[in-house]
Amino acid sequence: MAKIVVQVDHCKGCELCVEACPVGCIEIDNEVLNKLGYHPAKYKGTGCTGCGICYYTCPEPDAIIVYKKNEREAA
Amino acid sequence: MAKDILKKPDALYEVYHRKPGEDKKNIHYCPGCGHGVLHKLIAEAISDFGVADRTIMISPVGCSVFVYYYFDTGNIQAAHGRAPAVATGLKRANPDTIVISYQGDGDLAAIGGNNILQAANRGENITVFFVNNAIYGMTGGQMAPTTLVGQKTMTTPYGRSVQNEGYPIKVVELLATLESPAYLERCALTDAKNIAKTRKAVRKAIKCQIDGKGFSLVEVLSACPSGWKLTPVQAKKWITDRMMSYFPLGVTKDVIDEREGYHPEKVKLTGDRIEEILGLKKEKLFRDKSMSEVPEQYRNPQIKVAGFGGQGVLLLGQTLAEAGMRHGWNVSWIPSYGPEMRGGTANCQVHISENDIGAPVVDFPNILIAMNKPSLDKFEPTVQPGGIIFYNTSLIDRKPERDDVETVGLPFTDIGDELGSLRFANMVVVGAIIEKTRLLDEDIVKEAMKEVIHNKKFIPDNIVAIERGMAEAKKLE
Ligand SMILES: Cc1ncc(C[n+]2csc(CCOP(=O)(O)OP(=O)(O)O)c2C)c(N)n1
Ligand code: SF4
Repeated sequence: MAKIVVQVDHCKGCELCVEACPVGCIEIDNEVLNKLGYHPAKYKGTGCTGCGICYYTCPEPDAIIVYKKNEREAA
Repeated sequence: MAKDILKKPDALYEVYHRKPGEDKKNIHYCPGCGHGVLHKLIAEAISDFGVADRTIMISPVGCSVFVYYYFDTGNIQAAHGRAPAVATGLKRANPDTIVISYQGDGDLAAIGGNNILQAANRGENITVFFVNNAIYGMTGGQMAPTTLVGQKTMTTPYGRSVQNEGYPIKVVELLATLESPAYLERCALTDAKNIAKTRKAVRKAIKCQIDGKGFSLVEVLSACPSGWKLTPVQAKKWITDRMMSYFPLGVTKDVIDEREGYHPEKVKLTGDRIEEILGLKKEKLFRDKSMSEVPEQYRNPQIKVAGFGGQGVLLLGQTLAEAGMRHGWNVSWIPSYGPEMRGGTANCQVHISENDIGAPVVDFPNILIAMNKPSLDKFEPTVQPGGIIFYNTSLIDRKPERDDVETVGLPFTDIGDELGSLRFANMVVVGAIIEKTRLLDEDIVKEAMKEVIHNKKFIPDNIVAIERGMAEAKKLE
């Protein structure tokens, strides 16, 4: 199954991924304040299709990693 | 090439060691800034094409001045707007290098406007990524040439007005009027579709260069949420709603398929060839000389040679400078002449020094050569006390008035004429200088003369002229 991993301390909370994700599986985590001082993006945990749109929308090189298949398959 | 995992491309450093401060893992751009997205797209293409080891990124002046923190490629940072000139040099010196110029709209379209125009018109085989965010980001949101009509910026607080600032520049349309560019397209970093198109354009532009097809430029409409005072999400919408109607997306020129790839050979510069170009070939006559061997008043001289254009005064100065260099000294030579090519006055200024030469200008010579009367009239008062004036009695009907300088008057023009041509007069002067000042050795000067005169068939006559000048100067003693 596809999924994304948000590397929390790289996120600047711009919300572009939240807006761009076609299935709406990313949200802003208002509970967390990261090292940069932003509420970071968070994968809702289900629904990712591995389309990669959030990766290409995100301006931060390290904030989002997209696994199109599950990690074991990908490796 | 479908990848199973999408993550930071190899062409971006894992850790940004060049970045000052504690945080070496995050890029410096504002939240939601388009620069980061474009960095990722370019880095991905460089990684996928396997060209990171032969790519040089050129950072501009602007928010992206720190491109070199991030890209694991060669990097150079260029002065404001000059990236295309730097790119030209890099590409021509080594055509195998993939040269990528990354520029903002202030950088490329304002201060660097002519730079990009000429590079595009020469059809340099380079790739330019042009970030159009309709504003000067780094300096705090001033108007750029691409600022939209009505757009409020720090320097257009009531909005850009057509009457005051004219219309925004459409760069890819402008460059498309030129014959040379191979590929020009405008894209936008907005929704998934347009980002995918930008990704494709980035790859096509780099491929264009790899294939030797010539100049490519991709203009990228990119959000500057800070400068526009909008949230990142609003800023994206602003590109779609406001920018795209004035800056339509699409290809404005694409002749890639019509072109043959051009892959020039790298010019290999061996040590031998460099010495040859610089005129340092070993077989030449060089002989170090110490200024202490020169009479005190002529050490480290500042020389002015003045006369009519056509009297060979520039060549005379070059001969002295070349000879000085062959004695192991520092030298400089600069010409100065009026707008008229012939018939006017000309002079050149020469430094010969065992010390560093700060400026090549000579305002107060200690050796003056005056080949005509206007030159003596003009420069006699500037000669340093204790200096020496060589003056051409063929054309000057008075003696120098100064009594605190040495003077050597000889009919240089008549002597030259007698030797077969008026053109030999300058080397007669050179001979007199050798004899009088003991600054330069005769054999070295003769070799220097051979180097600087253009028509080698006159070498024997000029040698006679130098010897005659020495003999005439000796007679005066
Ligand atoms: C020769 C020179 N003139 C002016 C500046 C000041 N300056 C720094 S960045 C900049 C504007 C850059 O704007 P842009 O190219 O749009 O890049 P952005 O910051 O928007 O990415 C200017 C004028 C400079 N650094 N050097
Ligand atoms: S000022 Fe604008 S262009 Fe510069 S980093 Fe911030 S958002 Fe990007």
